[in-house]
Amino acid sequence: MHERVVITGLGVTAPNAVGTAAFTEAIKNGVSGIRFYKELEALNFSCCVGGIPPLSEELKQLYLSPLQLKNFNSNGILYGCMAGIDAWKDAGLSINENSEPDWDSGTVFGTGSSSVEKLRESFYKIDAGHVKTLGSTAVSQTMLSGISAYLGGILGLGNVVTTNSSACSTGTEAILMGFERIQSGKAKRMLVGGCSDDGPYIWGGFDAMKVMTYKHNTTPEDASRPMSATASGFVPGSGAGALLLESLETAVERGATIYGEVLGGAMNAGGQRGTGSMTAPNNEAVQRCIKSAVENAGIHAGEIDLINGHLTATIKDVAEINNWSKALNRKGNNFPFIHSLKSMTGHCLGAAGAIESVAAVMGLYHGFIFPSINCEDVHPDIAAIISTEKIPQKLIKTNTLQVIAKASFGFGDINSCIIFKKYNG
Amino acid sequence: MTTEALMEKLKGIVKPYVKSEEGFKNMTENSDFLNDLKINSANLVDVILDIETEFDIIIDNDSMEKMLNVKAAMDIITTKLNEK
Repeated sequence: MHERVVITGLGVTAPNAVGTAAFTEAIKNGVSGIRFYKELEALNFSCCVGGIPPLSEELKQLYLSPLQLKNFNSNGILYGCMAGIDAWKDAGLSINENSEPDWDSGTVFGTGSSSVEKLRESFYKIDAGHVKTLGSTAVSQTMLSGISAYLGGILGLGNVVTTNSSACSTGTEAILMGFERIQSGKAKRMLVGGCSDDGPYIWGGFDAMKVMTYKHNTTPEDASRPMSATASGFVPGSGAGALLLESLETAVERGATIYGEVLGGAMNAGGQRGTGSMTAPNNEAVQRCIKSAVENAGIHAGEIDLINGHLTATIKDVAEINNWSKALNRKGNNFPFIHSLKSMTGHCLGAAGAIESVAAVMGLYHGFIFPSINCEDVHPDIAAIISTEKIPQKLIKTNTLQVIAKASFGFGDINSCIIFKKYNG
Repeated sequence: MTTEALMEKLKGIVKPYVKSEEGFKNMTENSDFLNDLKINSANLVDVILDIETEFDIIIDNDSMEKMLNVKAAMDIITTKLNEK
């Protein structure tokens, strides 16, 4: 008998808002967090817009101690700690420096790359012969598992503490890995999510690949255009999202607020065969992943009310819609609602799936479908598959939203898909 | 530099790393960084880097190994300052 797994805490550090309350308001109102960055222009980037969470020094100090912030230069870890601590507290769990390790609680907190800013700082010191001046935290800030190690120590976690990495699928994959651990009875609570750095050193490679838009440097809020006929590449983002997953049994026992249930999901890969490559998905693999997720969740494809897509605003959006349509065997007016949070946040890379899942669960809990902005001009090839009415241009308030499918796809031809359901007791 | 002045500077340097308020309040020449001030051993290298910056001196590996308490730190700082 599998344990049922529910969500009892949420935290988010996103380009358009920090904290779940502000984030919920922002996504309801279609607020873009995309800005122009002079620094990128000065470095000859083609794409000079991006999404960076708005933080103050005061806010940082609420999460990390003065000692932790000394020589600290790892934004991804900062965003992850903020979202993770918020999710933990939101679940009504306490933080006590003198407690025993919490043997029943662990974390899978992912990231796509380690802290590039800190690495760069370290390389310069090493090359100048000053290795000695790296200090004691150059390793913990740059090891890939830095984020899970920081959170494990702050929260006193005694179950598995690890970091997963699967490019833009990372955040969604982390949720599924934590889900499976609770489902199989190996942990009672798992803090899951993903985080990503920002800035030229992490975004540069994508700029060089010409997969980011260069057409909206003067109109940043219009830049991220998933599903639009005028989509011209993704906008880079950053931040973190976190969910506190818990067995239904302990959540009920604690009297915790239950935001929703994780019914199931699936992860697979396309082997970089057929239409798949390092950077493009094998369409059959995507469809199989979605079908497996539906099956694993024990629902019918017809029960899905809403799709929270991967939808990055590249030429691959059309293929994604086609894959959803084929996998669910639904099209036209019979297709579920579909939207892309990336229209407001940009593509937050390793954090994307986690931030987008927080948005999905907020919608389930509060009963709304956030607008997918910047696609007034739906791509004709998408309109040929699904009714354009299924892409909300404005906020939809609803009390009938029950099931959301969330998918993420990443470099390496890898896929993940989760099925969230409203918790009805 | 007088012993008192040196002690004051050293207090300012170790303060961010100290985990025992009690030990810090009673910090004397005989205080041990790890046992009395409860400084995390990984942070000792940070304390030494901060000392180097503050006094504009270079502390070699052999001296670093000996800097486990306030007395040793003060002796090494004084020696290095005199060598300047």
